Parts: sequence; C-alpha cells; structure tokens
Amino acid sequence: MSTLILAEHNNTLLKESTNKVVTAANLIGDPIDILVVGNNCMSVATQAAKITNISKVLVVEEDYYENMLVEPISDLIINLMKNYKTLISPATTTGKNILPRVAAMLDVSQISEIIAVIDRDTYERPIYAGNAIATIRTTTEKNVITVRTTAFDAATNENNAEIETIAATNDSSLSEFIEEKISGSERPELTSAKIIISGGRGMQSGDNFSMLDKIADKLGAAVGASRAAVDAGFVPNEYQVGQTGKVVAPDLYIAVGISGAIQHLAGMKDSKVIVAINKDEEAPIFEVADYGLVADLFDAIPELEDELNNIK
Amino acid sequence: MKVLVPVKRVVDYNVKIRVDSQSQSIDLTNVKMSMNPFDEIAVEEAIRLKESGQAEEIIALSIGPSQCQETIRNALAMGMDRGIHIETEHSPEPLIVAKLINEIVKKEEAEIIILGKQAIDDDCSQTGQMLSALMKCSLATFASNIEFENDSVMVTREVDGGLQTIKLQKPTVITTDLRLNEPRYASLPNIMKAKRKIIDHFLPADLNVDMTPKLNIIKIVEPPKRQGGGKVKTIAELVEKLKNEAGVI
Repeated sequence: MSTLILAEHNNTLLKESTNKVVTAANLIGDPIDILVVGNNCMSVATQAAKITNISKVLVVEEDYYENMLVEPISDLIINLMKNYKTLISPATTTGKNILPRVAAMLDVSQISEIIAVIDRDTYERPIYAGNAIATIRTTTEKNVITVRTTAFDAATNENNAEIETIAATNDSSLSEFIEEKISGSERPELTSAKIIISGGRGMQSGDNFSMLDKIADKLGAAVGASRAAVDAGFVPNEYQVGQTGKVVAPDLYIAVGISGAIQHLAGMKDSKVIVAINKDEEAPIFEVADYGLVADLFDAIPELEDELNNIK
Repeated sequence: MKVLVPVKRVVDYNVKIRVDSQSQSIDLTNVKMSMNPFDEIAVEEAIRLKESGQAEEIIALSIGPSQCQETIRNALAMGMDRGIHIETEHSPEPLIVAKLINEIVKKEEAEIIILGKQAIDDDCSQTGQMLSALMKCSLATFASNIEFENDSVMVTREVDGGLQTIKLQKPTVITTDLRLNEPRYASLPNIMKAKRKIIDHFLPADLNVDMTPKLNIIKIVEPPKRQGGGKVKTIAELVEKLKNEAGVI
C-alpha cells in the first residue's frame, strides 16, 4: 500500500511544506504519490514531480478546486483512498481543514501534527502546546496524518516523476468562495518565518511596535506579540504567539519586553535560538533564552537597529 | 434557528501541566480545570446570535466525566439557554466526540453548530471538521467573522497569510478562531439564574455510539528540556554571537 500526500500550493507555486511532508512520508516507508488539486495548477504538478523519491504526481484541475474548499476536495480524496494506506499533509490551515473531514468519512481517527515517525502506525505528537509529547498508535487499516513541518527537513528536488491527470468528482456546492485577502505585507507569515521578533506588555503601546517593525524589515523577520500585548490592545490578535495563539518554531526568536508567561513559552520554546531582552532579570523568559540581555528595551532596540546596520 | 455549542472541560490555560514519569501520563490531580478558551468564544458567538434575534434557542453540550456539568453551568451562566451532558469516564477521541455530537444534532435538529477550533489539551483540531463529515454538511474552520443571511452564512476564515471569505449552505459547522469575539464574564445574577437552567443527561449507550478508541496512547513524556539561562552584557555582544556563534543572522 502507498502513501498519498496532499500538496500545499497556491495554484502557481508548490509550498516548501510539501517537501517537508515528503521527508516524513519517507520515514513511513511506503511508495509516495502526491496529489495536486487546484485550478490551472499544472506548473505546481511539474514542481512536485521533481521531489526526490516520489513515485507519481496526480493532478486534477477544476474551477471549484481553485480555492481549496473543503467539501469538494474531501469528496475527491475519499475516492482515491481505496488505493492508499496513508493520507498525509502539512498541518497548514488547508491540511487542518480538509484531513479530519476525510478521516471521519473513512471512519478513522486522525493523528494531528506529528513531529516524529516511529513506525507505519506509531507517531509522536505534541500535546498541551508542546509541554508534553504523546506517542500514539493507530489501530485502523488506513491512517490520516498531518505534519508539524518545523519538525522535518525539506526533501530535495532531484527527480522527474510521472504526472497523471485524474478525473474530478462532482462539486457538492455546499459552500462557495467569495474572496481572499492575503496580507500585503512583505514580511513572512508567523508560522513559516525563519526569524520572529515579538513584543510584550513592556512595549507600553502599539505605536512602539514600529521599533520592532524596523528590526523585522532588516532581518526579514515576522512580528509577533504576547497575549499580554494583545490583551492590552497594542496589536491585533493575529500577532499572538502562545498556547491560544500561534505555535511557532523559527530559527531565531527575539522576545522583547515579554516576561515569559507559561502560555507564551508554550508557543515559542521550540525555536532553535531564543533571545530575550527584558529589564527584569527575574523574568521567566530568561530561563529558556540562549542569549538573555537585561536592559531597558527602549535603549536596547534602537541600539540593535544600529548594530544590524553595521553588519549588513 | 437552533444553535448547538459543544464545550470541553480542559486544564486551565494558565496551569503548567506536569508529566508523571511513573505512569507516563499527565498528572491531573488537583489541577484547575476550565472551559476550553476557543469554546468560550463559540459560546459568546451563540449568545450574540440569540441577543440579535437570529437564534431561537442556544444549547451547550459537554462530553466527559460528571465534572463537565460545571463547564456546562459556566456556559449557562454566560447566557446559553440549556445544557446537555453526555457522561463518559474519560474524554473520548475526536472521532467519537463527533459521533456523539452528531446524535445530539439529529435529536435536537440543530442547524448551526459552533465549536472551538481546537482544545488546548490534546491540540487535535479535528472535532468540528469530523462532525461536518458525519452531518454531510458545509464547514468553516478558524472563523474570525460570521454573518447570517437568509439560507446561508458568510464566514471569514483565518488562513495562513490572510483571510478567506466563504458562503455556506445551512446546516453548517463553524469552528472559532481567536479574533471572532471577546467572551463575556458571567455576572453574579446570571450565575444564580444558571443554577435553575436544565441540563439533560445521556450515556453513550443511549445514543448507540461505539466508544472503542481507534488510537492508543502508548506513553506521554516530557519534551527535551531546553538549556536556557545564557546571558550577554551588550547589544554588540548579542549581535556578534547571533552572527558568529549561532549563525542565525
């Protein structure tokens, strides 16, 4: 039996998260096919066919697949699943939307956001926002899995796999796409950024976040915030990093004026390198920081900006 | 229009959980429990629908041990009309939860089901999506805005990198994201009033749902400890170390 990967893309570009899922799927060990579902998305199929060690790309194009609406795509996948043992996708908003619906249609439970593959039926996944790691074994014939992509390296692109066009299933017309507003910001998304700079209550106001914006622009970083900063109204909720916000694991996380409440730590402590800048040397954030600087952020951040200017 | 809101009793988001290394499970002894924060947002949304005259009846449902009645009382104190408790020994896995909810949906003929996008204990983010499959109806996950029209619902969803707006046929399942609303606190008079509201009680057997789990938890362990506590004295030293020692800038 084989593994089917639901590709993450925007009809033009294949997202790197798909390569990371291939790495996880390689650990499962079965032959891998990639499903590219969308509209006018043949270029995505061509990119997917290059991923090392995959057997085949299945591509299906219809206007009702263009915006990744969950109902028609679930119907499509369920038809394909008679040929596969495992369905797997990145734990993006697309994967998280579609896969559990497919799992329930198959009458199986899903294993969400795996961080390690033990064997074909056994996986590790974080629970309690990463404060514990559970080892889960499935007992069903088919498995449905989403992958926390920060836990796997991207598979290389050294292949030229076959691309097969497959038939669409009917549109259930249960929902209809109206519009999409993809944030115009040049900055990366919080969940995929390599560097994040976050502000806490110590920022004192929303206006002061412009200091972090400047550093973010220099580093190509995303800007985040603690729940305290969001609750104080400094920045909108979409900035929130933490157990009830976004869980992130960038290469570098810079926490500015953040004390380090449990629920914030839960959302960022898997970052590779953590920097904390806080004037309270007792702040819990320092316990997880690789590089802690006890300083007033209103002195330190402008100085950091100058210093970064010098090295670039 | 009848609205059903499933609510889960979870470890309070401010509690640092402890992993018991002997039993390889989470130690829940004397731990403060609360309503899952995303479910509070779902409750708030249902109450607003009732207040604006769009919902006729709003019902809170919880599945789990007898203490779940406290969670239901909390939802009733916020403003839900009545409660349903399906008593189980433990909190079942999402597929089983979705099946139990689906039976209540059928009994109550609920048209709109609003759930939290995930529970902050198992972090699965599955139940709403699975329920929509069982109901064979439309689905909108991660909602940050909901507007009702005659026979349809407009939902704005928080997707990676932006917002997507979709129009759904009723009945529908909606899961809540953080920006949807800010849940209210229950007032003292409403807490008193909630004590007189009705909570119906069911067992899984009453609903003919097979409770056999499909997933087994082999063990739960602590994540590898993070070695923190390193300090730098100046910004110049920080930048030098990030560049040359850590190699991240």
